[in-house]
Amino acid sequence: MTQQLVVVGNGPVGHRVVEQVVAAGGDWSITVFGEEPRVAYDRVHLTGWFEQRSAEPLNMVAPGFYEENAISCHVGDKVVAVDLAAKTVTSANGVVVHYDKLVLATGSFPFVPPVPGHERDNCFVYRTIEDLEAITAASEGAKIGTVVGGGLLGLEAAKALHDLGLETHVVEFAPRLMAVQVDDGGGALLKKKIEELGVCVHTSKNTQQITDGDGAVHKMCFADETELNTDLIVFSAGIRPQDELARSSGLAIGERGGIEVNNFCQTSDSDVYAVGENALWNGRIFGLIAPGNTMAQVAAEHICGTGVTEFTGADMSTKLKLMGVDVASVGDAHGKTEGALNYTYINEVEQVYKKIVVSADKKHLLGAVLVGDAEEYGNLLQFALNQIELPDQPDAMILPSVDGAASALGVDALPDTATICSCNNVSKGDLVAAVAGGCCQLGDLKSETTAATGCGGCTALVTQVMNAELENLGYEVNTDICEHFPYTRQDLYSLIRVENIRSFDELLDQHGHGQGCDICKPAVASILATCWNDYVLEKEHQGLQDTNDRFLANMQKDGTYSVVPRVPGGEITPDKLIVLGEVAKKYDLYTKITGGQRVDLFGARMEQLPVIWAELIDAGFETGHAYGKSLRTVKSCVGSTWCRYGVQDSVGMAIDLEDRYKGLRSPHKLKMAVSGCTRECAEAQCKDVGVIATEKGWNMYVCGNGGMKPRHADLFATDLDDETLVRYIDRFFMFYVRTADRLQRTSVWMENLEGGLEYLQKVIIEDSLGIATELEEQMAAVVGTYQCEWKTTIEDPEKVARFNHFVNSDATDDNVVFVREREQIRPATAEEKCDPADVLATAS
Amino acid sequence: MTNWTDICDVNDILPNSGRAALYGGEQVAIFRITRNGKDAYFAVGNYDPCSGANVMSRGIVGNIGDKTVVASPVYKQHFCLDTGECLEEGQNLKTWPVRVEGDRVLLTS
Repeated sequence: MTQQLVVVGNGPVGHRVVEQVVAAGGDWSITVFGEEPRVAYDRVHLTGWFEQRSAEPLNMVAPGFYEENAISCHVGDKVVAVDLAAKTVTSANGVVVHYDKLVLATGSFPFVPPVPGHERDNCFVYRTIEDLEAITAASEGAKIGTVVGGGLLGLEAAKALHDLGLETHVVEFAPRLMAVQVDDGGGALLKKKIEELGVCVHTSKNTQQITDGDGAVHKMCFADETELNTDLIVFSAGIRPQDELARSSGLAIGERGGIEVNNFCQTSDSDVYAVGENALWNGRIFGLIAPGNTMAQVAAEHICGTGVTEFTGADMSTKLKLMGVDVASVGDAHGKTEGALNYTYINEVEQVYKKIVVSADKKHLLGAVLVGDAEEYGNLLQFALNQIELPDQPDAMILPSVDGAASALGVDALPDTATICSCNNVSKGDLVAAVAGGCCQLGDLKSETTAATGCGGCTALVTQVMNAELENLGYEVNTDICEHFPYTRQDLYSLIRVENIRSFDELLDQHGHGQGCDICKPAVASILATCWNDYVLEKEHQGLQDTNDRFLANMQKDGTYSVVPRVPGGEITPDKLIVLGEVAKKYDLYTKITGGQRVDLFGARMEQLPVIWAELIDAGFETGHAYGKSLRTVKSCVGSTWCRYGVQDSVGMAIDLEDRYKGLRSPHKLKMAVSGCTRECAEAQCKDVGVIATEKGWNMYVCGNGGMKPRHADLFATDLDDETLVRYIDRFFMFYVRTADRLQRTSVWMENLEGGLEYLQKVIIEDSLGIATELEEQMAAVVGTYQCEWKTTIEDPEKVARFNHFVNSDATDDNVVFVREREQIRPATAEEKCDPADVLATAS
Repeated sequence: MTNWTDICDVNDILPNSGRAALYGGEQVAIFRITRNGKDAYFAVGNYDPCSGANVMSRGIVGNIGDKTVVASPVYKQHFCLDTGECLEEGQNLKTWPVRVEGDRVLLTS
């Protein structure tokens, strides 16, 4: 017979209960209530809202989930009463629902200290999407923003304020930041690093009152008689369990709040469960998502009678990136266990702090704190969770490996019970079973086990377990580029070079099978272009090119393209700037300055590209290769010509380098920069090759990058003269092109070279492999055969014809639609396309 | 009797690539797959359901296992040229019969 389940609270944990009950497949009629105006969203990644200013990407409810499972969902309707005797709940809108089982997942609310003035305008909390919307709106008229509370969420809020362009302050009552997770040493380093990012941190500050400010909206007055003027305040001083409903209905509540639950998450009424941040288990509240998910699973299994799992507490270890700073805390981070011993490593030069806490007998790891570099987190967590016996010198686990000796724990050492993914509670045994069951690729393994689909912090470990298990099962781990070639990119490069292969078909006939695909074709096209430097739109090459290379422009989301002319070194005459403006105006293109000091013109339709380029080439511009896996830009500061501090002509050097390497095809896009002095205004240390002027010449940096996983470049050679600098860069780029994997950045390439930076220095500077001359000659050939691909293209009518949208009509794509925003065009959204009133112009 | 519409010359489509054509008010991506001197032609919808842009004709063609496919140039999902089936997601492309007479490429619905 159908039973009634009511879930109060539609946050991530409440939603997890619903998912688990649905998955168990019993005969349940489910009703969900949520106080907020929208269905469950990912509160853990709340700050992600700022990326798109949209709630959509955070949504946790699969499309059609409620409809397909006949779940009745009341959002924007708060439950105001529970009648335990009658087994009903009543909502603010007057909905009354009977339940057989009730789950309270009402979460927590942000604690606002009762300081006089806390209720003033422009005071916020950081909990819901509505809070973020209100903070963003208030930030527009504000200059200074202050966060009260230097915990994890407070620092996230501070990042948000900082990103909104406010002068940002963090006020913390305790003497250090992240007092719960981090110790004094870690807190001090964290404070320093965050201050370097431009956020002012005030610790040991007790706010006494908030009054009218002097030149700002508020003035915060502290107990030590100091003051801080600020325009808006965000309170993030901890959370309190939302237990009001349970309290008023008569359920047992802890002394300091929280709904008391047993190991099955049952409250004092056995038909009522509480899960997540409102539940008090063994006198403790767990304010993280992983324990919440575990409680949801335990409660759902108990309700459905499908499992015997009990909640037995949770590990509160965390690893985070706060404002770009790695912070991690494992287990007993403060060493409260009796007899605990600490090992601490402090590196003030690189700003790294690491501490491990071990048991009195030095056999087991109790806890750890990592700030500035948290690479060992996964390793340390496994030692702590699984009580793995420590090596004789436990400090080796946090000391830098001087002789390259790996202290990392092999995954083979982990027991099958080891939790690998704590977000979704996936053990090593689960992964091993899935691999044995046929999951040979990370994607399959993730969807089969849900491991690495939460915060993603365990992805590396999951991959290691998979590869180790594949090897245990006797499989070779496949490094083939794809199903068409049993070779790596490096192998293909050697085959093409040694056998003088000139086309994809030739390579496929001799060394591959099938027709090729979108993985091997662009890779081979890139190798052919580096080796022989043919024009990429030759008949036999054009079908190999990724879309950007095929149309010599960057495809945008609506199928239009952006146009980036080369502006070597970022130096441009007023006349040329005017041409760019005129072309943009004539074709109504959206104009933006890029991060690499170039002008990007967006919204060009395919058939417009040749005419736009004809005008640009007429004015003396060349293609900027912004579409290719090739050298994009060499950024520069103004250098000694204009700057008071410059010691060399950085602009001249940047122009020379850009002219030399433009057109070089490579495994990944390449960027360079030249700074005229150590102030480093060109930001050369986040580039593949960075050059910084010294009194005596140039310092060369290599293998830095921005992007998704930024890396600082390493100092490669110092005080080089112009000629030596160019020679080293020639060798460096050519060695990279020859040996790197497909789409492998210079940074990852170097990390994978055995011997790393030192090995690279030996090959490039000392010529340890005896290939330096060969590399230089190969580069000279690339430099000597340069052509502007756009010039070649517009001179050939047959190639120009390929840019027509239709082969049999002069019509244009009527799905390309723009609207005007901030005086420029942008692609219309799907909704705007439906409403012609919004539309600016269609392509016709 | 089936009506075939003349679209273009075979040489308007380079080997192992695609072109968009307008047929009966719809955008069609026509592909020419050349291997060992022999040509095969396919016609599928030019509208990429995953990105909402008319771009399928600009994708890279190839094979995955025994399926001849085109990869969307936007988010790289693979669509089977024979059936229009998307290998990664549940959004498929429409297909049209296509044939060559002399040097002309013809379509029908």
